[in-house]
Amino acid sequence: MAAERGRAAEALVGQVVLPGDLLLLPAHYDEDAEGERLRLSTGAAPQGRLLCGPGLRRSGAGLLVTKCGLLRHRPGGGGAFWVDSQQKRYVPVKGDHVIGIVTAKAGDVFRLDVGGSEPASLSYLAFEGATKRNRPNVQVGDLIYGQFLVANKDMEPEMVCIDSSGRSSGMGIIGQDGFLFKVSLGLIRKLLAPKCEIIQELSQLYPFELVLGMNGRIWVKAKTVQQTLIIVNILEACEYMTAEQRKQALAKLSGT
Amino acid sequence: FMQRGLDSQTKKQLEEEEKKIISEEHWYLDVPDLKEKESCIIEERSFLPCEDLVYGRMSFKGFNPEVEKLMIQMNSKCKEEEIEDDDKMEADVSDEEMARRYETLVGTIGKKFLRKRDQRVLKDDDEDEDDEVEEGNSNTRPSKRAKKMFLKPQD
Repeated sequence: MAAERGRAAEALVGQVVLPGDLLLLPAHYDEDAEGERLRLSTGAAPQGRLLCGPGLRRSGAGLLVTKCGLLRHRPGGGGAFWVDSQQKRYVPVKGDHVIGIVTAKAGDVFRLDVGGSEPASLSYLAFEGATKRNRPNVQVGDLIYGQFLVANKDMEPEMVCIDSSGRSSGMGIIGQDGFLFKVSLGLIRKLLAPKCEIIQELSQLYPFELVLGMNGRIWVKAKTVQQTLIIVNILEACEYMTAEQRKQALAKLSGT
Repeated sequence: FMQRGLDSQTKKQLEEEEKKIISEEHWYLDVPDLKEKESCIIEERSFLPCEDLVYGRMSFKGFNPEVEKLMIQMNSKCKEEEIEDDDKMEADVSDEEMARRYETLVGTIGKKFLRKRDQRVLKDDDEDEDDEVEEGNSNTRPSKRAKKMFLKPQD
């Protein structure tokens, strides 16, 4: 079987790639002696290492695509390539901030449902200011915003509600009331992008609070139930609306 | 073995002997070490470093002031790494106030370590000085002045 010839990674940025495609990187990422010679001649070598993001895997000469989607590239800070794919099912990844629902209390550990294949565990000491005597007041059915400490395919995922310096920085139990719903992961990433138009337009409407979890869950709270439901409907629908349709919908709302 | 009272030298000798015995018994591969290639590619399964996403908790129009403060804090933390400007953070205590407090602090702590005779002299000195323009000098000096020099009476 002849191996597929890879294509240059930079040529495919912004285009659809399929699993099995081999992407060749520019010569200055090569580790062989040949690469070194080329590096010396081309002059400006990149500083730092190349980041090979989700959907890509390192394989010998280049990067192997493992998910179908659009190839993205970020030139800053050593460069990064990743595949922008869409999915609804969440796979726990270390460092992600997610919203979990407490399903059980087993001794010193809470079991949280994060939408993955296994329930995650959260120790009662992983809250800010928690000691053995001073336990956090967590009940079954509470919503918790935390990040993954351990998340790989061999072990049960573990969550914590403090960061590496011991401060909570906004994580912990999410308060009373509000509405939790689920959207696809691609929409969450769109909403969390810096300077997202949807969020900016919504923030002009009325005061509300929003928590976005990377596992596709969004929690919204506004002053009245009606306002909350309006925001929920807009967020769910804006995945498939164009920018103009969205502006029309918001104009109607702010008008009425 | 737990032998207290052994010199460090004899301890080292014992350790070396133990190591020699162990290394002779251990099997090892007679293969030259492969040089690990320093790869230039890092694999990462999370979207966070790739796309530079903002913090997940948000609040608008003052619905939850703590979350709004947090938003500013977390998002500026990310941007600080890119933009290397001078930090113009609002400190709780301004620099001038800090300098003033520090000067008085040095005087008060210094007084604590004075001997009794010097402290008595210091008290008289303080009662005479009511409105001194030079706060800094007067507060740091008394501790030394009380010991050595003759104290001038106030005009």
